[in-house]
Amino acid sequence: MNLLIFLIPVALGLGLLGLGAFLWSLKTGQYEDPEGAAARILDNDDEPL
Amino acid sequence: MGQAAVSQHDALLQTGAALPKGGFEFIFSVPSIHCGGCISKIERAVSTLPGVNSARVNLTLKRLRVVVGSLRDIIEVEETLTRIGFPATPIEHGDVSEADGDKKASSLLRAMGVAGFAAGNIMLLSVSVWSGADGPTRDLFHLISALIAIPVVIYSGQVFFRSALYALRGGRLNMDVPISLAVLLALGMSLFETLTGGADAYFDAAVTLLFFLLIGRYLDQHMRDRARKSVVSLSRLSAKGATRIEADGKLVYVPLDVIAPDMQLRVFPGDRIPVDGTILRGGSDLDRSLVTGESALVPAVAGDAVEAGTLNVTGSIDLLVTKTADQSFLSEVMKMLEAAENGRGGYVRIADRMASIYAPAVHLLALAAFIGWLIISGGDWHRALTIAIAVLIVTCPCAMGLAVPVVHVVGATRLFQNGILMRDGSALERLAEIDHVVFDKTGTLTMGDASVTSFAELSGRDRARIKTLASNSSHPASKAIAHMLKDAPDLGTDSVLEKPGYGVEASIDGTVMRLGRPDWVAEIAAPGDPASSETASQGHRLSFARSGARPVRFALEETMRSGAQDALSALQQQHISVEILSGDGAEPVQLMAQHLGIDTVSAGETPASKFARIKDLQAAGHKVLMVGDGINDAPSLAAGNASMAPASASDIGRQAADFVFTRDSLEAVPFAIGIARGAGRLVRGNFALAILYNCIAVPLAMAGYVTPLVAAIAMSASSIVVVGNSLRLLGTSGLRAHSDALVNTRPSSTGFTKPVGAKA
Repeated sequence: MNLLIFLIPVALGLGLLGLGAFLWSLKTGQYEDPEGAAARILDNDDEPL
Repeated sequence: MGQAAVSQHDALLQTGAALPKGGFEFIFSVPSIHCGGCISKIERAVSTLPGVNSARVNLTLKRLRVVVGSLRDIIEVEETLTRIGFPATPIEHGDVSEADGDKKASSLLRAMGVAGFAAGNIMLLSVSVWSGADGPTRDLFHLISALIAIPVVIYSGQVFFRSALYALRGGRLNMDVPISLAVLLALGMSLFETLTGGADAYFDAAVTLLFFLLIGRYLDQHMRDRARKSVVSLSRLSAKGATRIEADGKLVYVPLDVIAPDMQLRVFPGDRIPVDGTILRGGSDLDRSLVTGESALVPAVAGDAVEAGTLNVTGSIDLLVTKTADQSFLSEVMKMLEAAENGRGGYVRIADRMASIYAPAVHLLALAAFIGWLIISGGDWHRALTIAIAVLIVTCPCAMGLAVPVVHVVGATRLFQNGILMRDGSALERLAEIDHVVFDKTGTLTMGDASVTSFAELSGRDRARIKTLASNSSHPASKAIAHMLKDAPDLGTDSVLEKPGYGVEASIDGTVMRLGRPDWVAEIAAPGDPASSETASQGHRLSFARSGARPVRFALEETMRSGAQDALSALQQQHISVEILSGDGAEPVQLMAQHLGIDTVSAGETPASKFARIKDLQAAGHKVLMVGDGINDAPSLAAGNASMAPASASDIGRQAADFVFTRDSLEAVPFAIGIARGAGRLVRGNFALAILYNCIAVPLAMAGYVTPLVAAIAMSASSIVVVGNSLRLLGTSGLRAHSDALVNTRPSSTGFTKPVGAKA
């Protein structure tokens, strides 16, 4: 029972963290161009030699 | 031409929007972006230009957003894009007013995120209760669940509550009424249980229900947004303004809405005529195909009346405005279009039809369970209410809420991958019912351009001369001839004179020669040409002659859209009848119909008669798909049970159509019908699954066997089954064969015209 006093806030906190991260990614427009994000990983900014 | 460029620039500059932090934002639609390489190529090229603050490509929407320091810097950007091979079209900020839809989608997504968080955490607590937590621990867990669930239901459930209220106020029932009732009753009941230390709480069911339903809602919204955006990005910069000739002769670019009768406008070759008017000065050939469906160019001289929407092809003309933009020909068509669209509002989506049966049934069942148990248990209202709530929750609104949107998203994705854009969710349902297809001819069965089908043997010298004349004209017939003679050398001359409506004349090696209308060419040719008595029976005819020599003749035909033959035989396999309704003259239409083997043909149709024909077909019980492109087709596009337009269609035609196909091949038509029918089968299958599930779950719930645990499992399982069933549309094998054919987007050599070799 005593353990629950820690575990429940920890579980809820982790959930809230995930929710916060989701809302943040939504707000910063990270879902606006999913295909572009996938393609940009492969692009290294260096000019070809 | 320099003046035309200036007017283009003015039109471009008007699409910019000033940003609050300084600078101007421009959004371009760049349809040729297709990979990661394009992103870096464009961004590198544009961001190094002077005055450019930022350039960012959106690959998903195929758009480029550019912020520049001062307005005129953007001209350089557009030119650079064209130079590196990515022709771009500026999008007006008026068009980008997608803010409304975007806001809706992201608020749904936020609600979904919050509901998902709550569902996860409450489920965690519920699992502990189900696995045996009792006494104060259970009460504590219920209390924590309540503290999470109450604010979340208030926040995430808004969209359902509002829609339910709206329906009730209008005296109707929709799907959201039983959903709202189930969620609110479950929440209230569970709260009561929690406060009185009861054993069963439905917090998890209430929140999970919201979560699943919000997924369905979001998918629905997302699809509609994407459909609308992709059509907006197609819309070209058509006449949104015009070049006005001021009293002192200066040319000024003005927006369309300030144009009034008696103003003078100049229309350059290649521009569309913005308003109705009469020609004051100059002459040209006009392409009226989008207005009337006629494919042949019409010569126009001073004094002729011209309609808005006509394309000016060869010469620059000065126009006296007779009507304002909103009284012009275009707006008459617009009015017919609105009337037709109101008529189609009668279509009820399958989900709404289901809801109209489902909602009353659920309410009656729950009420029956409540009264029944009240009698059986001898007045135990607590027991009776719990069972009634279990009935409401378990009747599978989640599977119902997902059954249609998931199928439509998958269907729209399949269509999108094959270059077909869908503008409306219900369009897929309407398309599945089609049994008759009406094709427009010009621009739909045919492409805009012409090709040479027959010509006499030519000497090498004549080939070079004709090539020289043809390559100095922008008339489509000249372009077709120049294309056929692309191997011949260009002799080069500076004495070319293009006579609109007649042809081109030039003097090469001291001899006058003409290429153009046979009677005009015959004026300089050797008299007594035996061919001149021959009637121009097929297509357009042209001839060429040197002064005093015998003329040489060419015949031209419109190029048929690739895949037309295959598309028609595929339609036949789908048991769909086909007809042609064209505004063009009887002869070319008959010729085309014979070639394609279509029996039902009518030519010389006006917008009103096309519209009437479709209404007649519908009155006879047909479900009509209209495929057309022109302004004259727009009312019929809106009147058809469903409609498709090629991407090359007029703006108004494209806006009236449910589907726009961006690849050349006409095979998009049977392909889309195939997808729509597959989607229709899956939607019906999903409803059958949901009903089957209800046949098992509802009796159990009414008998009082559905505990919160059973409700949670049943709800998730039914949703997963429905989604899994919908995803089968991704791999329908019968359709794959079509999509492979569509991957080949190049127009193959025209089936209709004989391929022209350079053998002559």
